[in-house]
Amino acid sequence: MKKIKQLFAGAMLTTFGLPIAQADYALNLMEGVTKVSNDIYDLHMLILWICVFIGIAVFGTIFYSIYHHRKSKGHEAAHFHEHTTVEIIWTIIPTIILVAMAIPATKTMLELDDVQESEMSIKVTGKQWYWDYQYLDSGVHFESHLDEISEKSHRGHTIDPHTVPNYLLSVDRPLVIPINKKIRFVFTSADVIHSWWVPDLGWKKDANPGFINEAWTSVPTPGVYRGQCTELCGRDHGFMPIVVIAMNQGDYDNWVKTTLEKQNAKPDLSDQSHEQLMANGSSVYLKNCVACHQIDGKGVVGNYPALRGSAKVTGGVDPLIGFLQAGTSKMPSFAKLKDNELAAVITYIRNSPDIGNKVGDEIQPKAITPVYDDDE
Amino acid sequence: MSTNNAYYIPHKATWPVMATAGLLTTLVGFANYLNGSSIGSPLMMLGFAIFIVMVAGWFTLQSTESESGMYNHGVGISYRMGMMWFIFSEVMFFAVFFGTLWYTRNLSVPWLGGEGAKAATKAILWTNYTAVWPTNGPGNVGGHFEPMGAFGLPFINTLLLLSSGVTCTWAHHGLLAKKRDQLIKGLIATVSLGFLFVLCQAFEYHEAYTEMGLTLGSGIYGSTFFMLTGFHGFHVCVGAIILSVVLFRSAKGHFTPENHFAFEAAAWYWHFVDVVWLGLFVFVYLM
Amino acid sequence: MSAVTAEHDHDDHHHDDHAHGPEKGWLRWVVTTNHKDIGTLYLVFALAMFFVGGTMAMIIRAELFEPGMQFVDPQFFNSMTTMHALVMVFGAVMPAFVGLANWMVPMMIGAPDMALPRMNNMSFWLLVAGILLLASTLFMEGGAPAGGWTLYPPLVLQTGKALPFAIFSVHLLGISSIMGAINIVATILNMRAPAMSLMKMPMFVWTWLITGFLLIAIMPVFAGAVTMLLTDKFFHTSFFDAAGGGDPVLYQHIFWFFGHPEVYVMILPTFGVASTIIPVFARKPLFGYSSMVYATAAIAFLAFIVWAHHMFTVGMPISGELYFMYATMLIAIPTGVKVFNWTATMWKGAMTFETPMLFSISFVVLFTLGGFTGLMMSIAPADFQYHDSYFIVAHFHYTLVPASIFMLMAGGYYWLPKWTGHMYNEKIGQLHFWLSAISVNILFFPQHFLGLAGMPRRIPDYAIQFSDWNMISSIGGFIFGASQLLFLYIVVDTIKGGTGEKVTDEVWEDAHKHGLEWTLPSPVPYHTFSTPPTVIPCDHD
Ligand code: HEA
Ligand code: HEA
Ligand code: HEC
Ligand code: CUA
Ligand SMILES: [Cu+2]
Repeated sequence: MKKIKQLFAGAMLTTFGLPIAQADYALNLMEGVTKVSNDIYDLHMLILWICVFIGIAVFGTIFYSIYHHRKSKGHEAAHFHEHTTVEIIWTIIPTIILVAMAIPATKTMLELDDVQESEMSIKVTGKQWYWDYQYLDSGVHFESHLDEISEKSHRGHTIDPHTVPNYLLSVDRPLVIPINKKIRFVFTSADVIHSWWVPDLGWKKDANPGFINEAWTSVPTPGVYRGQCTELCGRDHGFMPIVVIAMNQGDYDNWVKTTLEKQNAKPDLSDQSHEQLMANGSSVYLKNCVACHQIDGKGVVGNYPALRGSAKVTGGVDPLIGFLQAGTSKMPSFAKLKDNELAAVITYIRNSPDIGNKVGDEIQPKAITPVYDDDE
Repeated sequence: MSTNNAYYIPHKATWPVMATAGLLTTLVGFANYLNGSSIGSPLMMLGFAIFIVMVAGWFTLQSTESESGMYNHGVGISYRMGMMWFIFSEVMFFAVFFGTLWYTRNLSVPWLGGEGAKAATKAILWTNYTAVWPTNGPGNVGGHFEPMGAFGLPFINTLLLLSSGVTCTWAHHGLLAKKRDQLIKGLIATVSLGFLFVLCQAFEYHEAYTEMGLTLGSGIYGSTFFMLTGFHGFHVCVGAIILSVVLFRSAKGHFTPENHFAFEAAAWYWHFVDVVWLGLFVFVYLM
Repeated sequence: MSAVTAEHDHDDHHHDDHAHGPEKGWLRWVVTTNHKDIGTLYLVFALAMFFVGGTMAMIIRAELFEPGMQFVDPQFFNSMTTMHALVMVFGAVMPAFVGLANWMVPMMIGAPDMALPRMNNMSFWLLVAGILLLASTLFMEGGAPAGGWTLYPPLVLQTGKALPFAIFSVHLLGISSIMGAINIVATILNMRAPAMSLMKMPMFVWTWLITGFLLIAIMPVFAGAVTMLLTDKFFHTSFFDAAGGGDPVLYQHIFWFFGHPEVYVMILPTFGVASTIIPVFARKPLFGYSSMVYATAAIAFLAFIVWAHHMFTVGMPISGELYFMYATMLIAIPTGVKVFNWTATMWKGAMTFETPMLFSISFVVLFTLGGFTGLMMSIAPADFQYHDSYFIVAHFHYTLVPASIFMLMAGGYYWLPKWTGHMYNEKIGQLHFWLSAISVNILFFPQHFLGLAGMPRRIPDYAIQFSDWNMISSIGGFIFGASQLLFLYIVVDTIKGGTGEKVTDEVWEDAHKHGLEWTLPSPVPYHTFSTPPTVIPCDHD
């Protein structure tokens, strides 16, 4: 019922084309939080009003003639078919308007482009289909994936998206930045082109493989800002969101400290219970494997093999470990997973009812023999 | 303005459909071949055969019609316009590859080497790379290679093509002055020079692949080098074949000073191929 | 106005048993060289492709009806986006305009046929071959191309078996378009009736002359770009790979050098049809004929130097960003001239509102709206927000659907009586118009809001806050799609006899003042102007 009401309200709004800014309906560009995004908003409003104004003039004239110069009202056609002065005027006026628009646009453009004097740098790498953040100054480095509940909801058809908080717009590990600092971002990609867009910051920038693009921001107010990948990057392009949390310098410093501690801590390789392994395995699977092998382990016919019932999965453990660490030409290597993560995901794919396998064992972290000890 | 009272309008055409079928079969074959399917090559061959039969048939039809005087002045102009605009489209096709060469030499390679607007690219991704030309890129794609010098076979080829342009024009003068002997000698010279060019290029490629380590896979230098010279070489072959047909028809006594569209079209095409080569020689070999 | 000899008085000296009429049986359509037959083939094919592309759009809109994945797999969704665009652009809009050109250009300039009739036949069949090849990819291992109609590498190189087929289909479509364009240009330049000087040509002919030139210039560029994709994938070249010294952005430059003029290929003939129809129903000559010609030429020229406005976010040097911003903004000036001229043509006319005129008026209004959003996106910093969001989807559908598609419909209503000799059903025509004009706005207007609120394009699922407008847009889409069935009905009905009312030669009141085609009998005989007309109508001097 609520839906129908909203629908009706929406239909009325469209029908009358009224820009009534109702709280529920975002009709206009968001102003954003940074100075640059405010400048862009102002530019947007300027052009918008110019267009509205010209539109009213042109459409007004058309509707006036439709009404008054109708044959059915007995209007006789005039015979003029050119008028040099008028034609010159309506060439020159738009030119002047355009010049007037170009000036503030150029100013904002120059401001956006200036990455000089930044106080810290973050390297952002787009990957199919998540973001990899590397703080070039402090050494913090992590991956940011779509959060588990959105992942389950859009893949599993069992969780209603309306019940998921920030459906498709939240991540497991958000990007954290301090406020009021000029932060330089360097963008690149490990595979195809991605694009990093947080509307509140006012811009998006492409992440091109093999090249670096730069952009900067300085956020004045603490808060959570959300965005998405905006360059088509394959099947899960719609599922690689961005979350930026801006916090006070003090909080930020604390965050860096604890994050680094965790990052450098040795993984806990002690034995775990079956349930623990399965729970951890499920989240490792959702982050790393689900994009290709799917939530039900059935894969995608013709592209990605099924894990359900696969002899490789349910067979010997050691070959499976070796396979995951080495990867193939078609499947990336997962040497980056820590021993406990690898153990968990293997236990998971061998035993999960969701995947459809039931070997009935658990693989403990200690069972993982390193093929590569590179932890990168 | 043309007098289109008697503008010749053919009323039924089977060759075009056959041409389409030939092209489609060839391309489907080629695509299958690239995908590693075994029906690829036979399909490709079949398509090509259809295409050859079509070309022979269609050209014979056109030349019979032309010789029996069905084409008036207006039709001739239409054909000439068709050819002109076709050559223009070819110019645009080559422009893409020249543009690519320009872009990579002046923009992408310097950027990768840390010059210009994208200094951070080198600093972060390719710290060991220095931009030079020729290059196979920061990944050293395709391994070590030697670039192709300008003053060996390429220079000889320049002379060959330039003189073939002269002989072609000389043949045209012969045709206009009704000196059939000069026409035929000129055409023989042109065609021979053309095939000689192709032969030299084959040697050049052979040397590149076997001795210089220079292949299509040698990074951006190899890519642009072989793409530009390869497509040009292909055009020389086509041009030489067309000129051979023209030669054959001249020997049969076709063409008059007033009516010789086929000759003219072939000659235009040849000169176009010539000019492209000059561009290649300057931008690919010399600079 | 009666000095036109248009009967089939062929005195062909060269034999020919078919000189007086079409071949019998279905073979007629395969071997035909007649410009009217080929025009019909093109138009019918284009209409069929409009429904195919539209069906794909309906799949897109159905998936986007609600948040959550409903019907299709994300990969298939991306294939639908890609194929929808390719089919609409290369299978529907472009061929439809070539069809109109085939039918109308010879009749408008007093020529007996197209300049190169055999090649004309080949252009059409190559088009069919190209589209067949493209459609076949839907059934291949790994699915149809799913990298967007722009086919950007490296993504597109991840396509499965379909990749070489898609690339060759682009080659075939390219050859077809080039041949078609060469033919039209040669016809216009070489086959005009003696009194038909360039500056007396109808606007439709002018716009096609310029469009033809654009096509010949850009299709080889697209062919070159996809050829490099092919070699990068199969022959180890590194054009678009940084490791070898290439650059994926290079592909984008080449693609948009083709792609931007390409969108004008779809709009200039649209302008031509509008300039043809509006004067007839305003009963006034076209205002500012020569400035219309110059404006068209200016738009075509600018089309070549603005391509990178599609690439403001790829990380171009600042000088590039600024240059492409300024150059793009300039297009508003000549386009404005056109809009103002149409307005001035209606001003103080004696307007009536038959279906073609209704479509034309809504074209002027809605195209201008799409142009405005185009201008907004030309402002580079603002485009940092708009780019690759639904705002862009709204922009280009406004310029393509209520502009190009509407004017194709208008052209259909306007010339159908001439082609068939029957009148279409005006009541159903008007119903079709009102349903289309209203639903197209419900379909695309909310997409502006979605884009501004932050919804990226090319996604199969979205955050909850985008739900309402998406649902409204989908509903608009279904209504719009269903309304097009009326058009299909009208076309078939008219061919079969329509209202039964026999139309006069000029069909529309005083139409003979506006174009040579209205001096011919309705329906038009199989061969027209075997001797060139000596007096030509000219409503602009
Ligand atoms: C028929 C098709 C068509 C037409 C006519 C246009 C017309 C224009 N387009 Fe559009 N465009 C597309 C089809 C079209 N476009 C498509 C398909 C895409 C997306 C491709 C993709 O990414 O898949 C696109 C994308 C696109 C972008 C890239 C956006 C992005 O990806 O970030 C830009 C940016 O500048 C742009 C600009 C313009 C401009 C300035 C015009 C101008 O020509 C408009 C000029 C008209 C007017 C301005 C209105 C009338 C003028 C007046 C009444 C005069 C007075 C006005 C003023 C002075 C304000 N277009
Ligand atoms: C000429 C070009 C053209 C035309 C005519 C259209 C017409 C339509 N387009 Fe499309 N479109 C593009 C060119 C075009 N489009 C391009 C270039 C893109 C970008 C692709 C990319 O990102 O790579 C795009 C992308 C695009 C998207 C964005 C997809 C995405 O980003 O993921 C959407 C979404 O709504 C859309 C919708 C529609 C709709 C609803 C129509 C409607 O107008 C269609 C109406 C027609 C019909 C529906 C068919 C007729 C009726 C029937 C078959 C009867 C059965 C139907 C019912 C009973 C309902 N189009
Ligand atoms: C980018 C896609 C992708 C991702 C991500 C991915 N895989 Fe794979 N996987 C593949 C492909 C493709 C193959 C087939 C490999 C081949 O034939 O070379 C495969 C094969 C396998 C196989 C062998 C199946 C068989 O029966 O042959 C197993 C087991 C497997 N993957 C497990 C995993 C696990 C566990 C993860 C996550 C930690 C994972 N994959 C992540 C694409 C992927
Ligand atoms: Cu990453 Cu889209
Ligand atoms: Cu554009």
